[in-house]
Amino acid sequence: MQFLNGLAGASSLFLVAAGLSLIFGVSRIVNFAHGSLYMLGMYLAVWLSGRVGFWLSVPLAAVAVGALGAVTEISLLRRIYRAPELLQLLATFALVLVIKDFALWAWGPEDLLGPRAPGLAGAVSIAGRQFPQYDLFLIALGPAVFAFLHLVLTRTRFGLLVRAATQDREMAGALGVNQRWLFTGVFALGAALAGLGGALAIPREPANLEIDLGVVSDAFVVVVVGGLGSIPGAFLAALLIGEIKAFCIGLGYSKITLVAEFIVMAVVLVLRPWGLLGRPLAEARIAAGTESLAAPKAMLVLVAALALVPLFSDAYTLVLLTEVFVFALFAVSLHFLLGPGGMASFGHAAYFGLGAYGAALLVLRAGLPMELALLAAPLAALAGAALFGWFCVRLSGIYLAMLTLALAQIVWSVAFQWDALTGGSNGLVGVWPSGWLSSKVAFYYLALLACALAILFLWRAVDSPFGYALRASRDSPLRAGAIGIDVHAQQWAAFIVAGTFAGLAGALFAFSKGSISPETLSVPRSVDGLVMVLLGGVQTLTGPVWGAALFTWLEDAVSREIAYWRAAIGAVILLLVLAFPHGIAGFIRRRLTR
Amino acid sequence: MKFIALITLCFIPITVHPQGVKIGELNSYKLFPAFLEPYKKGMELALEEVNAAGGVLGRKLELVTRDDGGTPGDAVRVAEELISREKVNLLMGTFASHVGLAVANLAGQRKVLFLASEPLTDKIVWENGNRYTFRLRPSTYMQVAMLVPEAARLKKKRWAVVYPNYEYGQSATASFRKLLAQAQPDVEFVAEQAPALGKIDAGAVVQALAEAKPDAIFSALFAADLQKFVREGNTRGLFRSTAVFNLLAGEPEYLDTLKDETPDGWWVTGYPWSEIGTPEHRKFRDAYQKRWNDYPRQGSVVGYTAVHAAAEAVKKAKSADTEKLVAALQGLKMQTPFGPVEWRAIDHQSTMGAYVGQLSRKDGKGIMVNWRYADGARFQPSNEEVRKLRKE
Repeated sequence: MQFLNGLAGASSLFLVAAGLSLIFGVSRIVNFAHGSLYMLGMYLAVWLSGRVGFWLSVPLAAVAVGALGAVTEISLLRRIYRAPELLQLLATFALVLVIKDFALWAWGPEDLLGPRAPGLAGAVSIAGRQFPQYDLFLIALGPAVFAFLHLVLTRTRFGLLVRAATQDREMAGALGVNQRWLFTGVFALGAALAGLGGALAIPREPANLEIDLGVVSDAFVVVVVGGLGSIPGAFLAALLIGEIKAFCIGLGYSKITLVAEFIVMAVVLVLRPWGLLGRPLAEARIAAGTESLAAPKAMLVLVAALALVPLFSDAYTLVLLTEVFVFALFAVSLHFLLGPGGMASFGHAAYFGLGAYGAALLVLRAGLPMELALLAAPLAALAGAALFGWFCVRLSGIYLAMLTLALAQIVWSVAFQWDALTGGSNGLVGVWPSGWLSSKVAFYYLALLACALAILFLWRAVDSPFGYALRASRDSPLRAGAIGIDVHAQQWAAFIVAGTFAGLAGALFAFSKGSISPETLSVPRSVDGLVMVLLGGVQTLTGPVWGAALFTWLEDAVSREIAYWRAAIGAVILLLVLAFPHGIAGFIRRRLTR
Repeated sequence: MKFIALITLCFIPITVHPQGVKIGELNSYKLFPAFLEPYKKGMELALEEVNAAGGVLGRKLELVTRDDGGTPGDAVRVAEELISREKVNLLMGTFASHVGLAVANLAGQRKVLFLASEPLTDKIVWENGNRYTFRLRPSTYMQVAMLVPEAARLKKKRWAVVYPNYEYGQSATASFRKLLAQAQPDVEFVAEQAPALGKIDAGAVVQALAEAKPDAIFSALFAADLQKFVREGNTRGLFRSTAVFNLLAGEPEYLDTLKDETPDGWWVTGYPWSEIGTPEHRKFRDAYQKRWNDYPRQGSVVGYTAVHAAAEAVKKAKSADTEKLVAALQGLKMQTPFGPVEWRAIDHQSTMGAYVGQLSRKDGKGIMVNWRYADGARFQPSNEEVRKLRKE
């Protein structure tokens, strides 16, 4: 019986994952908003089914979401394909915020439980147990959609072009394929599949505002486990994960479902770096952008100016600036990995959190004085980064990013469930600085000093022989290897350095807040870091600092003034992405050097 | 020169004579809008009532609300802003337990009164309680204790439990096991399911529970998880021969979404707003419906009562000074829509209760029947136990 439950779960998982996989395969866009499209499909279907009935509402919702996908691609994503990689990720992240607030505005705060499917409302008796008819329908539908997609991809001209573009998009373009319409078509198809998945889910779960990120992370896992761009892979992975989850529950290990899929993903990626049925990605032939290594002297002036702030500001300005410093260090450490290191991490918060938990545990459990804990805590992050980095640097590109995500989720779930040590979901409270540092002014100077020194060190490292070897390894691993650089060793070292400094930021964060909870190492924290780096500009050294300052200030100011502050932040990010595709610092530099 | 003068002006702190008494309220308005939008309406109604009656100490009562972002880190920053920039006289609010605990700890550190309106965790008044933190709603322990007498009366032997896998669900289940075993020593727990919050795989969970053939089920599920569980359970016939006890499921926030799926006969804690006919509740309900053209939810009562509690405390203290407010709140007795409550001096928990009853359907909507008010004062552990937990 649990086998059948797993099949039903796998079918709905497959629908969303297939769309995501298609979009990534062709356009290389990591579409964070895929879960939001699914959520829109749910709300639309609930809303429509009250008017035209459930069965008609499903295709209507799918078409509507598909149309929205097409509009998004034409009006937004098309403008930024030439921007540095991952910037599209920032744009889709902004969409997540906007769509969430739109749904809240349009359909209100309460969960909406949809109707049962007319004709399939009841249950049938299987082996003495009642099994929902609708789940049987879903079990049949998954393979049907799979067969349909397979036919489209292998038997039509559109499918031929999609496969060509997935394999080598520059070559397809050079051979005269009109990429614009191909990209639009694929994005619309992917969005429609997400909408369809959402609409079909309403007899099983209520439309609610929290579903978006949960769905997109599940879908990512399926896509990556199956192999990016591979529809059969997505199908197989959906089956595997659906069944594993159902059997965990059936056998009484329900607690493990919190991370089951991430454990699967980590294992698969370590054993098969391109997923179950994936192939190595063709190297994207995007010339690595020239980067500015100038850490302007102006930064020293800025630090000096910041040192004067406590003389005339109120206590809250210091609190806010302290937070800016901490996140600036976090963003700079992520940038070290992402920019010079060329390794995108979706799980950088793990090291931030390890530092924070390290600090809290050293103070609360080991009874260390706060000053020593602050110095020792980054070692926890260092150990974590050394262990995880060793596995991660063996991969590249999006697979590397997803492995960092999976490992971060595993760390998160340990912190979340290990009540005796980490305080479980509540976290740890009472992590305050020593007496002489407890005033806002003293802690402000501590944070300023620690973060400024750490950031300067990271910037110096980029310009050191190690930094040169690291960037060589990023730009051309083959040539770098040929001249005697141990590419993996450079990358591993970069991983450890970046992780350690993220840990320092985390430890400072813990002492500035007096408490920590599993959220300090959760995915949203990692995403915040990415947003800061990308907002500021990947190809500059100072960008992440500006990005961190802007994002922290935005969150503080906008959430105080505007009720729909999530949408407002999303809109600001979208504007910035369209206006400054190279980030704020990148924009300023281009202006200056022109 | 003018410009420089203007800039300088910006940095001169503007000294305003304390006009009103300021409540600094922070909550996760965007994360839990279903509960917190009615909550905010309740607060505003109470604020208008207090000020229409002349305010407190001849001063106006003011309310500054902020979104706390739903994470402890952001909430602490927002609380700092309320304390140092807005110069509020007390803090109020928070929803999720971990956010409440973080703000409570900050309140203890900064010596600011914190009136935790909603978080349910037992720890905020016990293990992690402090002099400056008070909590309004009946805790997880209290609400579980309210259900236990009915559960023991049924004399069901085989029990299964299902709860969201985080502190609220874990401590609810632990309390239920302990209290039921005390009341009925031969009880046996045959299955346990702890899906991740918001991610229940309802089909598989219902199936696994059915395999264990329990006589009764204790559930701490709520919101989307509860709706999925109810629909799957109805379809698969899990509830046909099984008694079910579900915390919170009678609150309009969660009950109203179930509509014609509402399962018959479940024992729940909740708030049958349309049926409570006491004068104090009638007065509140009429005022609320007149003001907002909507019916009150559980959140409305919490927000309304929290603001009134702050006002009562200031009146009793005859001051807005923190230490005097703390002293005034300890043992403060006040009237609420649910009847009289007292703020216990021993652990700073209010004795606000909840309504215990059974679910039923009427005109395609879920309602509570056979309900009674469970006074929070009666569902507390002994004073020694409380003192031991508070390490006093």
